[in-house]
Amino acid sequence: MKDNFAAPVIEAKNLQLVFQTGDGPVQALKDVNLVINKGDFVSFIGPSGCGKTTFLRAIAALEHPTGGTLTVNGMTPDQARQARAYGYVFQAAGLYPWRTIAKNISLPLEIMGFSKEEQAARVERVLGLVELSGFGNKYPWQLSGGMQQRASIARALAFDADILLMDEPFGALDEIVRDRLNEEVLKLWNRTGKTIGFVTHSIPEAVYLSTKIVVMSPRPGRITDVIDSPLPRERPLEIRDSREFIEIAHRVREGLRAGHSDE
Amino acid sequence: MNRILPILTVVLIIVALWYAAAVRLNSAWVYDQAARAGTPEPGFSELLGLTMNQDRPVLPTPHQVVAELEKTTLGLPVTSKKSLVYHGWVTISATLLGFVMGTGLGILLAVGIIFNKAMDQSVMPWAIASQTIPILAIAPMIIVVLNSVGVTGLIPKAIISAFLSFFPVLVGMVKGLRSPDAMQLDLLRTYSASNGQTLRLLRLPSSVPYLFTSLKVGIAASLVGAIVGEMPTGAVAGLGARLLSGSYYGQTVQIWAALFAAALVAAGLVTLIGYIERVTLKRMGLAR
Repeated sequence: MKDNFAAPVIEAKNLQLVFQTGDGPVQALKDVNLVINKGDFVSFIGPSGCGKTTFLRAIAALEHPTGGTLTVNGMTPDQARQARAYGYVFQAAGLYPWRTIAKNISLPLEIMGFSKEEQAARVERVLGLVELSGFGNKYPWQLSGGMQQRASIARALAFDADILLMDEPFGALDEIVRDRLNEEVLKLWNRTGKTIGFVTHSIPEAVYLSTKIVVMSPRPGRITDVIDSPLPRERPLEIRDSREFIEIAHRVREGLRAGHSDE
Repeated sequence: MNRILPILTVVLIIVALWYAAAVRLNSAWVYDQAARAGTPEPGFSELLGLTMNQDRPVLPTPHQVVAELEKTTLGLPVTSKKSLVYHGWVTISATLLGFVMGTGLGILLAVGIIFNKAMDQSVMPWAIASQTIPILAIAPMIIVVLNSVGVTGLIPKAIISAFLSFFPVLVGMVKGLRSPDAMQLDLLRTYSASNGQTLRLLRLPSSVPYLFTSLKVGIAASLVGAIVGEMPTGAVAGLGARLLSGSYYGQTVQIWAALFAAALVAAGLVTLIGYIERVTLKRMGLAR
């Protein structure tokens, strides 16, 4: 990572988020402090209920914090959304069955008012980025689950946001497809220099992808450990057998266990 | 063939039961005639012949209805006031106009309910209340009120038709417009999409399967509305008018022919919508 380019892209200070439910208030996030720099690949890992998805949604202004401050590119999350600061990838591809892959990818462009030519050019470019060139005229049902998820990543990339937020994007896919997509996401990150926030509950996935691993624990949702990965930017799949990789994975596992022990 | 055989069997059973019922119900008139003429009561084989082709039977036989249908459709020019094609078209035109009006109203109300909290809480109870009013009671009043302001002919019938058909469309569309899940809606929020864009790009396309289900119910309701609307109009034209004039003059064969014509029209309209549904859903990738 080139430190001279590093600038805080996402900054959370004492962030609190309380949901009011029928059973009383639930503290989804408590005292979350985190700085994400430009070009970071940050994974959020933890058991369900630890607030990892809630934090990602707060960055995207899909949830609103009840205390503390959260800035995205120096703006509030709402302003950042207006400024098209991020693309969001959900667990399901959520492609519209009545639109071709190309038309699905141009959906955000259409909403944001890009010209027809601009839309076509951008769709072509991001299809190339996710290695789906030539599939633009297919319908979603003609593609495998992995390809559909790649198309949904292309959709999030289409409008050139410099932040990519991914909420367990490969959680519903099998291990083999997942490995392949992990490699591709890394390649994508290397080529585009985006800042990526990635929610997962797979330790190998988090260690393999990230420059920074945020370990979280539930009740109340909070950060228990932040690990800066010493792994190089270029990561072949074999790196997962290296000693460094196993050491980081061990530390993540320890962090997860520590978070659980104080229940 | 495997599908046709059971259907044919049921049809044959119905026809047989129908003939049996016709003999039984029409025999009273035969015995009555015999008693008046002082002749002995006819035997069974004689009775069969005397109940099959009466002029004003209590229950016309199937072949009488078919003959009447044939005579009044193929046997007459369509411009004739006795042609069922002419009367059928009068009813169909009111049905289609009412169907379009009702569908439009149903969709508009559904969109209003989705986007407006006040409408969400107020429209549905009124819509349900409107459907609890017997249409036979309210149809003459709609005709009379509209007539007094100078609206006559097709429009009042279409309004009664729309009154019946808007409801299934409203219910189906509210469900359809609400069918996209939270993730789909969140995705559009991340693009800062407006309500109008969400409606056009996600909610309306998602509601199409629900719309078609409602349209099939709606078109049948429209036809009922149009026929009911023709009854108090002074019975000039339309299948409803044929039913009414048939009952005035004791022309049971004419009533049954009009009933069958109405059933055939209903079946045709529902089949047509079913066909459009299949083609549309397939093209939208929503076929189930």
